[in-house]
Amino acid sequence: MATTVAPPTYAPAASSPSYAGDKTGVWSWITTTDHKRIGVLYLFTSLFFFIFGGLEAAVIRAQLAAPNQSLVSAELYNQLFTMHGTTMVFLAIMPLSAAFFNFLIPLQIGARDVAFPRLNAFSYWVYLFGGIFITLPIFAGIAPNGGWFGYAPITTMAYNPGLNIDFWVLGLQILGISSLAAGFNFITTIINMRAPGMHLMRMPMFTWMSFVVQFLVVLAFPVITVALVFLQFDRFFGTNFYTLTAGADPLLWQHLFWIFGHPEVYILILPAFGLVSEVLPTFSRKPLFGYAVMVYSGILIGFLGFGVWAHHMFSVGMGPIADTVFSLTTMLIAIPTGVKIFNWMSTMWGGKITFTTSMCFSVGLVAMFTIGGLSGVTHASPPTDLQQTDTYYVVAHFHYVLFGGSIMGIFAGIYHYFPKMFGRLMNETLGKWHFWINMIGMNLTFGPMHLSGLLGMPRRIYTYDANQGWDLFNMMSSIGTAIIIVATLIFIYNFFASLKSGPRAGRDPWGASTLEWSIPSPPPEYNFAELPNVTSRYPLWDVTDGHNLSREIHAGHELRDERVPTAKELGIPMPMSTFKPVMAAIGLVTMLGGMTLKHVNFYAFFAVVGGGATMLVVSLYAWLTSPLEESH
Amino acid sequence: MSATALETTGAADAHAHGHHYTTTGLDNRKIAIWAFIGSECMLFVSLISTYLIYKGKSRVGPFPHEVWTDPATGKVYNAILNIPVTSFSTFVLLMSSLAMVLAHNAVVNRHVKRTTFLARLEGNSFFWLVATALLGIVFLMCQAYEFTSFVNEGLGLTTNLFSSSFYVLTGFHGAHVTAGVLWLFTLASIDKKRGLTPAEGLNVDLCALYWHFVDVVWIAIFVLLYLIK
Repeated sequence: MATTVAPPTYAPAASSPSYAGDKTGVWSWITTTDHKRIGVLYLFTSLFFFIFGGLEAAVIRAQLAAPNQSLVSAELYNQLFTMHGTTMVFLAIMPLSAAFFNFLIPLQIGARDVAFPRLNAFSYWVYLFGGIFITLPIFAGIAPNGGWFGYAPITTMAYNPGLNIDFWVLGLQILGISSLAAGFNFITTIINMRAPGMHLMRMPMFTWMSFVVQFLVVLAFPVITVALVFLQFDRFFGTNFYTLTAGADPLLWQHLFWIFGHPEVYILILPAFGLVSEVLPTFSRKPLFGYAVMVYSGILIGFLGFGVWAHHMFSVGMGPIADTVFSLTTMLIAIPTGVKIFNWMSTMWGGKITFTTSMCFSVGLVAMFTIGGLSGVTHASPPTDLQQTDTYYVVAHFHYVLFGGSIMGIFAGIYHYFPKMFGRLMNETLGKWHFWINMIGMNLTFGPMHLSGLLGMPRRIYTYDANQGWDLFNMMSSIGTAIIIVATLIFIYNFFASLKSGPRAGRDPWGASTLEWSIPSPPPEYNFAELPNVTSRYPLWDVTDGHNLSREIHAGHELRDERVPTAKELGIPMPMSTFKPVMAAIGLVTMLGGMTLKHVNFYAFFAVVGGGATMLVVSLYAWLTSPLEESH
Repeated sequence: MSATALETTGAADAHAHGHHYTTTGLDNRKIAIWAFIGSECMLFVSLISTYLIYKGKSRVGPFPHEVWTDPATGKVYNAILNIPVTSFSTFVLLMSSLAMVLAHNAVVNRHVKRTTFLARLEGNSFFWLVATALLGIVFLMCQAYEFTSFVNEGLGLTTNLFSSSFYVLTGFHGAHVTAGVLWLFTLASIDKKRGLTPAEGLNVDLCALYWHFVDVVWIAIFVLLYLIK
């Protein structure tokens, strides 16, 4: 473990490292089945949507900076907060995690690709087209306006007759298909593609948390699929699932939505937990404290995550028994989460800590998520929760766990894995500026919301009267948002400047311990020339037979023998490039998205939906009847 | 590198035999179909739960198990579920699972020498694949008959909570059967064209797992919707 640590001193190379093999050009990206390229596509797309969702938040904060402003109308404000939530949850954080699932899981378990490379491409394209489909309406002022939770019956035709909710219902169905397909793919990959010796209890923690997340995805998304089908049938065909006059239960949607919705918040946070569990041991130069307990607490969070949904519904009057049960389960889930916090702190305790940018963001997650976690525990008590429901206190809580947790963890992951993805290091000085400005901005934005919320400021109001005690806190939140924007601009500059001219990274710039650091950066298309035989949890740290692979890698010998052989030279069969998944994705999105035409023009509805369905079926048959790899 | 913790193995040799190395030794598709079936369970659990939550909550008839008199017109509506017809279609679907098993058996045991008529029939994978699909079609025809007669008796999709949750639940199941029938005909046409080899038994096995799952879901629906009053 006596390895030296970054900052690396490699001289900048003359030419950029070419990404993932010799194929270049737009067409090669459209037809790619390489998990690393798909991961990079996910990363760029989801960063774009992250910035787009951030701009929506910026408009919201500008509107709320002072009392009685009229920058946006009440209707546009509804669309903005709905799309801010929907974008951040489904188009930013989930796919940012998916970028890491794609790029890292096969590398961490020693595999050449995911189990179903073409299905993987399909997931990405469905996500991209679905994201565009649900985002575009805001430019026409007809974006979804029912909140990211879309409570029925307020989203039914009787109360919301426009196209807005149709876009939301169909957009979420499309995105759900993308997530489900990815879920089946990664479950299979992790169960079945591990290299010899990579036992479950040797898997890196990021892969473990991702594994739990995939189970949450495949078990939680069908529930919202059904809830959305009901809503769509109510809106399109006049069924009665949410029609109160027909005797419908006004809580049906809330139950179905939150049975999905609460596992969803763990879908958002567990990948970030996994990422910091990679970063903290690396820069503390210690193995992760209590590895097994970390695994079990992640699984326990996944299980309990399905049993706490009604804590979102204390204010609807479910009665004392239901309130008590869900209060208890919610307090229980704080235990495995707290265990993780203590394990991360114990990992750092006594370690040889280096504060790289990714380490700063990881420590930031531990601190900020703890604040969000503690305010979360206050929601677990129904009497307190009744005071907090629908106030800014709740907004403060979930931004501390999602921005302070998920986004911090994802930034840690980006700084940590950027060298592996692109072969170059990000600028550490700019990274530190990004971290500290982001940290200040975040706390200035979301900290005062606790107070404005406790003073009674409701969520989802487009303006407010002066002198209710909220003016100062709202101004602070809005200034904080401006500071976050500055931090994000620094990040964007750093990202693209480093992409172009950052110093070359080498295989293992951080002296990290897991398999992905044993191969060149960026990795060759086949990842591992020969499948590794894994004998421990920290293959690059553990000394075998007198010497240490990490030190060899650090000696930089791989920089000297530059050229990495291609798959063809090594005789490794690789999945062929194919455009069939893209075609299937276009067909699927056309079919589902085209359903919005039902309320516009009936014949166009039939033509577009029929055309999309035909394209989907034809592409699927072409895809399933053609081989994955060239025959040898 | 061989002296380090990253020893290479003979796993790459698996390529020489046309297989990819897998951790469990099972084909990836076998794992994926089980994950898919797990996910589908949650889909049907949500649909069935909604039906059961809305049971007895409809404000107007017709009802599944009770006679209803329309207070406005005085017209009397009988209990709408037709247990005998659905018992028949349930039996047909169960028999289709038997045919499915025989289809899989015929493909993986293709090399067995068969002399008698019955033995040859047992080994005729095309026959069993088509038989499974046809039994599925009979089930779907029963469902079409059921839906049509319900509509004629005054139970439309939008009539009441019962009709909405009933049609969407059984309609989803019917759509799953339809997808299965298409899958079976695809396999049958490949079998006809070039004959499925025992090595391709997994292709039939995957379809069979899906088909049995859809069958099991129907058993749950039949018991919970039709038999329990």
